[in-house]
Amino acid sequence: MAELVYDNNGRLLFTKEMKEEYTLLMPQMLPVHFGMFQKLLQLEGYKVDMLTTHHRGIVDEGQKYVHNDTCYPALLVIGQLIDAIKNGGYDPHKVALLITQTGGGCRASNYIHLLRKALLKAGYDYIPVISVSFGLEKNPGFGLTIPLIKKLVYAMLYGDVIVDLANQVRPYEVEEGAANRMIEHWENELVASFDKGRRMKFSSFVQTIHEIVADYEAIPVRQEEKVKVGVVGEIYVKFSPLGNNNLEAFLLGEGCEVVVPGLTDFMIFKVFNRITDVQLYGGNKIKYLFCKILMNYIVKRQNTVIEIMEKSRFRAPTHFEQIHQSVQPYLGDGNKMGEGWLLTGEMLELIHEGIPNIVCTQPFGCLPNHIVGKGMIRPLKDDYPDSNIVAIDYDPSATAINQENRIKLMLANARQKMKQEKKQAAEQTNTQG
Amino acid sequence: MPVYRIGIDIGSTTVKVVVLDKDNQMLFRTYERHFSKVREKTCEILRRIEQDYAGQTVKLVLTGSAGLGVAKASELDFVQEVYATAAAVNTLNPGTDAVIELGGEDAKIIFFGNSLEERMNGSCAGGTGAFIDQMATLLNVTIDELDALSLKHTKLYPIASRCGVFAKSDIQPILNQGGLKEDVAASIFQAVVDQTISGLTQGRELTGKIVFLGGPLHFLKGLRERFVETLELDEEHAIFPEDGDCYAAIGSAMCAEDYQELKFEEVLDCLEKAVDTNQSLNTLPPLFSSQEEYAEFAARHNENRLPEVDISTYEGAAYLGIDAGSTTTKIVLIAQDGGILFSYYGSNQGNPVNIVLAQLREIYSLCGDRVRIAGSAVTGYGEELIKNAFRCDLGLVETVAHFAAAQYFDPKVDYIIDIGGQDMKCFKIRNDAVDSIMLNEACSSGCGSFIETFAKSMGYSIADYAKLGLFAKAPVNLGSRCTVFMNSSVKQAQKDGAPVEDISAGLSISVVKNAIYKVIRAATADDLGKNIVVQGGTFLNDAVLRSFEMELGRQVTRPTIAGLMGAFGAALTAKNSFIQMPSLLRAEDLEGFVHTAKASTCHLCTNHCALTINRFNGGRSYISGNRCSRPLGREKVSTPNMYALKYKALRRMEGKGRGSGTRGRVGIPLCLNMYENLPFWYQFFTSLNFEVVLSDESSRALYSKGQRTIPSDTVCYPAKLVHGHIMSLLEKNVDYIFYPCMPYNFDEGISDNNYNCPVVAYYPELLAANIPALKQTKFLMPYFGMHRPKDFQKRAEKYFAKEMDVDGAQSGFAIDLAYKAYHKWRENIVHAGERTISEARTRGNRILVLCGRPYHIDPEISHGIDELCAEYGFVIVTEDAVSDQMNKEKRTVLNQWSYQARMYNAARYVCEQPDMELIQLVSFGCGTDAITGDEMRTILESHGKLYTQLKIDEISNLGAVRIRVRSLLAAMEARDVHKRKEQAEQKQAASCEHGNEKKAWEL
Repeated sequence: MAELVYDNNGRLLFTKEMKEEYTLLMPQMLPVHFGMFQKLLQLEGYKVDMLTTHHRGIVDEGQKYVHNDTCYPALLVIGQLIDAIKNGGYDPHKVALLITQTGGGCRASNYIHLLRKALLKAGYDYIPVISVSFGLEKNPGFGLTIPLIKKLVYAMLYGDVIVDLANQVRPYEVEEGAANRMIEHWENELVASFDKGRRMKFSSFVQTIHEIVADYEAIPVRQEEKVKVGVVGEIYVKFSPLGNNNLEAFLLGEGCEVVVPGLTDFMIFKVFNRITDVQLYGGNKIKYLFCKILMNYIVKRQNTVIEIMEKSRFRAPTHFEQIHQSVQPYLGDGNKMGEGWLLTGEMLELIHEGIPNIVCTQPFGCLPNHIVGKGMIRPLKDDYPDSNIVAIDYDPSATAINQENRIKLMLANARQKMKQEKKQAAEQTNTQG
Repeated sequence: MPVYRIGIDIGSTTVKVVVLDKDNQMLFRTYERHFSKVREKTCEILRRIEQDYAGQTVKLVLTGSAGLGVAKASELDFVQEVYATAAAVNTLNPGTDAVIELGGEDAKIIFFGNSLEERMNGSCAGGTGAFIDQMATLLNVTIDELDALSLKHTKLYPIASRCGVFAKSDIQPILNQGGLKEDVAASIFQAVVDQTISGLTQGRELTGKIVFLGGPLHFLKGLRERFVETLELDEEHAIFPEDGDCYAAIGSAMCAEDYQELKFEEVLDCLEKAVDTNQSLNTLPPLFSSQEEYAEFAARHNENRLPEVDISTYEGAAYLGIDAGSTTTKIVLIAQDGGILFSYYGSNQGNPVNIVLAQLREIYSLCGDRVRIAGSAVTGYGEELIKNAFRCDLGLVETVAHFAAAQYFDPKVDYIIDIGGQDMKCFKIRNDAVDSIMLNEACSSGCGSFIETFAKSMGYSIADYAKLGLFAKAPVNLGSRCTVFMNSSVKQAQKDGAPVEDISAGLSISVVKNAIYKVIRAATADDLGKNIVVQGGTFLNDAVLRSFEMELGRQVTRPTIAGLMGAFGAALTAKNSFIQMPSLLRAEDLEGFVHTAKASTCHLCTNHCALTINRFNGGRSYISGNRCSRPLGREKVSTPNMYALKYKALRRMEGKGRGSGTRGRVGIPLCLNMYENLPFWYQFFTSLNFEVVLSDESSRALYSKGQRTIPSDTVCYPAKLVHGHIMSLLEKNVDYIFYPCMPYNFDEGISDNNYNCPVVAYYPELLAANIPALKQTKFLMPYFGMHRPKDFQKRAEKYFAKEMDVDGAQSGFAIDLAYKAYHKWRENIVHAGERTISEARTRGNRILVLCGRPYHIDPEISHGIDELCAEYGFVIVTEDAVSDQMNKEKRTVLNQWSYQARMYNAARYVCEQPDMELIQLVSFGCGTDAITGDEMRTILESHGKLYTQLKIDEISNLGAVRIRVRSLLAAMEARDVHKRKEQAEQKQAASCEHGNEKKAWEL
């Protein structure tokens, strides 16, 4: 049994001994990306289980141990972890919890503290909690080494591509499940390659993206037009099926193509914020330079992806700088808490790409989204009268039926418009003919 | 081949069916309540018209919130109801500019014109048909009576327009204090109107030709009147179509054109089959597995009863206790041994005075000459009114009354939970005193009347409905949030085919879960106590009691008089007070008893309290609704109050100052963080020869001015008020409006970071995007970070040179002065704190640190809570006056917001001061206080201090505040008594020991 060791502030540490004995439990946010992260951590010698549980008991545990007015993602993530400790068949003395910590003025920076409070309340204060972040809290038995960080960044970049392409194929695929199988294939292939140090040089990245795009292009699809629906929002409920009541599956079932802007933009955004902070208020020049280099590193790779995809039959993501420029008339660079200006930027990105039908997801009472989500729908409607945005709140007792009914209204309008456009197009061809 | 088009709209409470022929002629229409039996009712209606359409080809489309589930199960076509409504209006009322449709639980607005825009209420927005139903229940009238009453109103009260639960807590005090039903009825409708307009228009103007649809607007004239008056419409522009209750059904029939053709019988068949599909539900274990188990349970609880006495034979002294609750009045008369001579439990029916009068007459007639009422006490919401009306001897706060009663049944009681009709009170007992009180906040009241309203809507009495749940096989898990959410959970369960008994049990369980997890915030039974007494009418419901014991895994005490405990406690207190000269009105006094109530508005200050003047015979009167004692003819209490002091000082920072004001007029909205930063900007602008113009003082009217531009209805009230402040500045024709975005605050060295909350940080950007008039004004909202003075100066010099044409050197100089002014302001606050505290100590006053954010000193936000506390003898100190007294300390949460960090420090400071107490003000919807609240509680309770949190919103519900403040006072007194007793015992023990020593020495 590993000994419990505390730091000077009384924080329970994850020791090297624990690394051998303990299983790390991590919540899931983006199924594909986090799946790869899990495998990458396993290759580093950690025992890691990503939680994919999805049942009412999770919310019940969350409500029991987290202040009920706290945001829904905190409630879910903490509820899911505690539910796993209690009912997941683990020895509670041999698990540790992994949780990401972003920092910033939003409530979300407090998740790790709320998790510790919840553990104390539930009598599990002997379970170590590991913050996955850049230098916020250190643990002897867990560290993000440079090679590991590099792998995680590449997993994120690739993850965005294989998920985005799959979303563009799935609604039209001739053979059901083809897109999902392609995701799985590339997930495994990438992790295996990373382990051997491959596909992580810029040149081989370019090569691999070409390969991936070609693979998806080869999947046979039906030619038909579907309503495209964009999903934006608070990061957790935007991506996590547990958080958004399986929103993507629901939209697919309604015969839509789902468009979800990826994780990479969010990561660039978080780095960009540190640069902006220095520009707006002054600060450490070395950090500033470091962040610039890091940002350029990611942006360069994202731009490559965009260039390659633009040449394919697929719709490419928008350049970060372009999103940034488009949001200028609405929000300043300083708007950084939560998803900040990026959330509005993603709505603009979608509208500019010809996808004016958007579900804007947020936890009930989400503070930043009062401004950047619900607060920006009005001006977007003024400037883009075709924009068809519905804001959906998620919380423990919001029922799926209520949410679905509102989404259906948005869809009814979208379909109506598609019909009109078809009619107009037909009339035009008629008059021309 | 003629094809009939059938539209079926199934809403949350009603089914509407319409049949159209090919020319849109209506062949059939009906509007009926479905009592949750959605599929059965739909089939029943169709069977009724079967003879007319049998064998015909039809196109049928379903719509409505409950129609979705039916369509899924029966595989029939569905269109979304707002879409259907728009289709109907397009055809039937061309030229319409907007549609307002209210349904059972939905509210919708459709804007036509250049771009079609449709909006529905979010998941948290009552103010619909179900809300009106609940309000009618509360007033004990039918919907039609409510409507008739409203047309006779003379006055409108402000009632929370956000959610039904809020409104309830506004209405009760009005009723209990004698407000007129007519006025309340009209105010309820006005609340619906305000809710619809503010919640759904979100900045778009409601003008032109407006069509009003949906059941409530179809049937309720009073509601129509409120809409027409509020929107200032004439007859031509307010359209109430004849079939306005069925428009969605008509629209879906019209949309049916595009859908499949079926034989009428086929359609009916699809629906009939769907009746039997029972989808899988999220269920819980049953409450009782057998009759025996229930019998044993019932027997155990029935043991907790009082001795029986007979009023017709009893002789001697008796004591009267009255609990004038929010919806019910409870009265008991007890004998010397505590036995019950008389008891009454009944609805207030909107006027508790009449109820008490009738019961008192009854009591006197039963007493005859044998029984003498030797003391009387009253508690509850209506305490003051009843006390004044009948001249009761004592008035006491509910918590104290409940404690007295609970202790009678279990002398070792350490936890009491009382769930009544409208409110829930939970409190710990420590050292023989009420400690740590938790009341349900406005948004979480899953209380008794909630189950009752549901029972009624399903056509049951509450008692029958509750019994149904006892032996339910699979209670539905309905979650544990506020009433509005539970409504939709129930809706969903019904759609999924859950039987009535499972829903009944599920409701009982959800009430309990709400109490335990949401109100009490307990994780285990031990968080409550070992000896728990449960009471309140709701616990007479065995299903609730059982699920409470199951949820806690512990047996509790429920007296058989659970519903009368407040009254019983009052009677016990009257008995134990040894009253010499009972003052209660005698039987003969009651003969000529007269009570009239008149509404009025106090004009003695800007609060404009809505007063109710009650007059009784003999020239006696009682005024309620006041926040201070001035309307009662007494001067305001003048204990030092830093809230008022700070507010006044800030309001004075207006004008040209020492400058000439020639450069122009800068408008500054006094809202949110401006309550902290104004001293800085006032100095800055005046020293540059700008004139500073402040927005008007906050008020309800100011709020209304900006209400229509609020995009998010769940944001906190302080933020919503900002819209009004901007409108006020726009009216003042200023040259600039200055309101910077400030993600960072000053760093006071007491926290890990120095952020503002996201709402405070970025609200200016939201304003710019949502208030069109700002585009015509020079609205300045730079990102500034004043925590780094040198960097700030560089940036600010550039900014002001560009935007206001100010020379860099000049603004640099002004910034220096501004920093000095700000620090001076902070120093002054600290000094004022020191003076106030020492003055209080000289006078022997109690000191209260009223903890909030800087903007909580705005009287419209804190609703005069500071004054109310001052009335109870507290000297009020602000959190920022004492936060500097403590250094930084590690917290168990991330301590990253500056204002919140001050509260933690203030709490730690209070812990070290024996004569100080703390109350935390929390604005409803404040996300950060979900985190600070628990932390504040931990800090205070770990030092044996009481934690009191007051949640405040746009409506002042000072009733709940009074309970808390008075309970706090009662607890403080009890604690003092306890301390004195302990000291006395110690002294005695010491002298005894001393004596023993002496003996030992002698030996």
